[in-house]
Amino acid sequence: MTITLTERAAVRVQNFMTNRGKGVGLRISVKTSGCSGMAYSLEFADELDGDEMTFESHGVKLLVDAKSLAYLDGTELDYAKEGLNEGFKFNNPNVKATCGCGESFSV
Amino acid sequence: MLLQIAEPGRSTAPHQHRLAIGIDLGTTNSLAATVRSGETMVINDEQGRSLLPSVVRYLPSGKVDVGHDALAARSADPHNTIQSVKRFMGRAYDDLGDLADIPYRFVCSEGMLQIKTAADVRSPIEVSSEILKQLRERAEASLGGELTGAVITVPAYFDDAQRQATKDAARLAGINVLRLLAEPTAAAVAYGLDNGSEGVYVVYDLGGGTFDVSVLRLRQGVFEVLATNGDSALGGDDFDRAIYNWILQQAGLSGLPTVDLGNLLAEARRAKEALTELEQVSICCNLSQGLAVALTLTRAEFAAMTRELVARTLQPTRKALRDAGLTRDAVQGVVLVGGSTRMLPVRSAVADFFGKQPLTNLDPDKVVALGAAIQANALVGNQQDDSLLLLDVIPLSLGIETMGGLTEKIIPRNSTLPIARGQDFTTFKDGQTAMSIHVVQGERELVFDCRSLARFELRGIPAMVAGAARIRVTFQVDADGLLSVSAREMKTGVEASVEVKPAYGLGDEQISAMLQASMHHASDDMHRRALVEQQVEGQRLIEAVSAAVQQDGYLLELEERQLIQQRIAQLVDAMQGQYSEAVRHAVEALNGATQAFAAKRMDASISQAFTGRTVETLGV
Repeated sequence: MTITLTERAAVRVQNFMTNRGKGVGLRISVKTSGCSGMAYSLEFADELDGDEMTFESHGVKLLVDAKSLAYLDGTELDYAKEGLNEGFKFNNPNVKATCGCGESFSV
Repeated sequence: MLLQIAEPGRSTAPHQHRLAIGIDLGTTNSLAATVRSGETMVINDEQGRSLLPSVVRYLPSGKVDVGHDALAARSADPHNTIQSVKRFMGRAYDDLGDLADIPYRFVCSEGMLQIKTAADVRSPIEVSSEILKQLRERAEASLGGELTGAVITVPAYFDDAQRQATKDAARLAGINVLRLLAEPTAAAVAYGLDNGSEGVYVVYDLGGGTFDVSVLRLRQGVFEVLATNGDSALGGDDFDRAIYNWILQQAGLSGLPTVDLGNLLAEARRAKEALTELEQVSICCNLSQGLAVALTLTRAEFAAMTRELVARTLQPTRKALRDAGLTRDAVQGVVLVGGSTRMLPVRSAVADFFGKQPLTNLDPDKVVALGAAIQANALVGNQQDDSLLLLDVIPLSLGIETMGGLTEKIIPRNSTLPIARGQDFTTFKDGQTAMSIHVVQGERELVFDCRSLARFELRGIPAMVAGAARIRVTFQVDADGLLSVSAREMKTGVEASVEVKPAYGLGDEQISAMLQASMHHASDDMHRRALVEQQVEGQRLIEAVSAAVQQDGYLLELEERQLIQQRIAQLVDAMQGQYSEAVRHAVEALNGATQAFAAKRMDASISQAFTGRTVETLGV
């Protein structure tokens, strides 16, 4: 079981955390909502929660709860630019369908 | 779909992102900023440019160019290329002074002025909305979604008409205004959060067209604006014009076609900007009639020709400090905002004035937008803690007119917003059933010298003797600085109110002029106020005595009656004069002369009440 960051994404996360002045890592989870059933949530983590799995990728700690991990196993998180917009992109091998905007997905 | 990192517990459900931006709608340039993954950043266009020139060009085809394209066409198409439109927001044609330098075709109309363009007649609100629309589109492309709302900054000196015009422009551009924020306050937010420093700061904001100075206290993450002042008709444009006039003078030019004037003004601006880096700069410009300009401008010459302009910024700075009750030594740091603060004469003047180097670590062109973005982000609920509390102040006192044309201040100037304050008033005449409420803004003691904002009437006051009714007048100013006034008669509950959406076209320059006048005329005003107060008191007394004489005159001896009449005549005489003391003496004299009469009236009315009744029935 693993979740990884691309190097580009890791640099971004580190920049954001330095800017923010605090944080131990990135908390990734999957929530059941959205038009295709599931949606990603990406938050700064200020403390570790004992029940979570921790992965480290390019020096960044990724925190994932067990339930979310089932949907996220093998995911690579990238940082991408699309036109003027830029942000984090989930390359998740488990996803079978996404909604039109790609914000929610189903497995 | 690209995701951003949210603060802990603040991530949103899909399709419910709260995208918020801060917009600095400037006289010369405008820009938008946002908070993305916890980082405050300016939103660039496709070419990577952050500043959008606040220039709008209307083409005959109906097409509208905004920003750099419009700016480029300024010289070629001056009538239809509108710049510095912020100066016209909420202003009437009559408010504008010398229009000789302005190439637009203004249309004389009721209320706010309009500009005739190739497309059609446009108001400053419509022109501003084109700029805002452009920024909205840029932001939505960049953030990948529809905006929840925006915080738009305005100069601290903007009056209600100008704030309303700004809001209207945003609405026209399809932007939900979360809040209007004073520019210096926004700058303080950007600096306060990024540096975390505490103490008293002065924000010195010299933009393209306006100058604002604010005294702020930063304490435990809370910003309190202690005082603001400024000059809403002073900015970098004036420095351009100083160089431009110097060029005309040096080259002996006059009566040039509009195209040349535009080119020379652009050249003047380029020279000004270059002098921040260079010791001297050469000014070369080919003019249309085969003429050419070739001059050299040094830093020293530039400093000399703009000394007066720089000095004009220090006067309001002194006043703001005085309003805040602080001396220069109490100021811990000075924040420079606005592109014009890059000019070396400005920097050194500020450093000399405060005896310390000003802070410049954030880009002075962007700092206001960055602060607005932080505020917008907090307002839509993306901020982890809501500790950020902003306090704005009202620029001029608000009050109502009382008898004799005096101003009664209800909310004093520099009160923090939002604020609500009430005061009780009463009737002046017996049986008075209506009261006219005249809302005024200004520092002077007489209504005549203040600015009229609105008038309304409270009707249906039950008939009572003068002074018995209690009418509570409540002033409420919301976070955007917009005012509503209500009046309520406390016994019956009858109420009347007005939302002050003042007629467009009340000048903002007037505000600073009014402030200065109030300083100059302070002792004068005190005198006049005292006189008017005594006159009102005299009038009230004459009416009361006359009514009493008419009703119970039979109680008076002839001499007594003559004395009262004589004293009334003396009082009327004194009231025509200029001396409040004389009026006061005459009032006392009349009071003295009527004392015996008052006692007799009292006796008469008591014996009348007791006639034919025994002690038992009185229930004593």
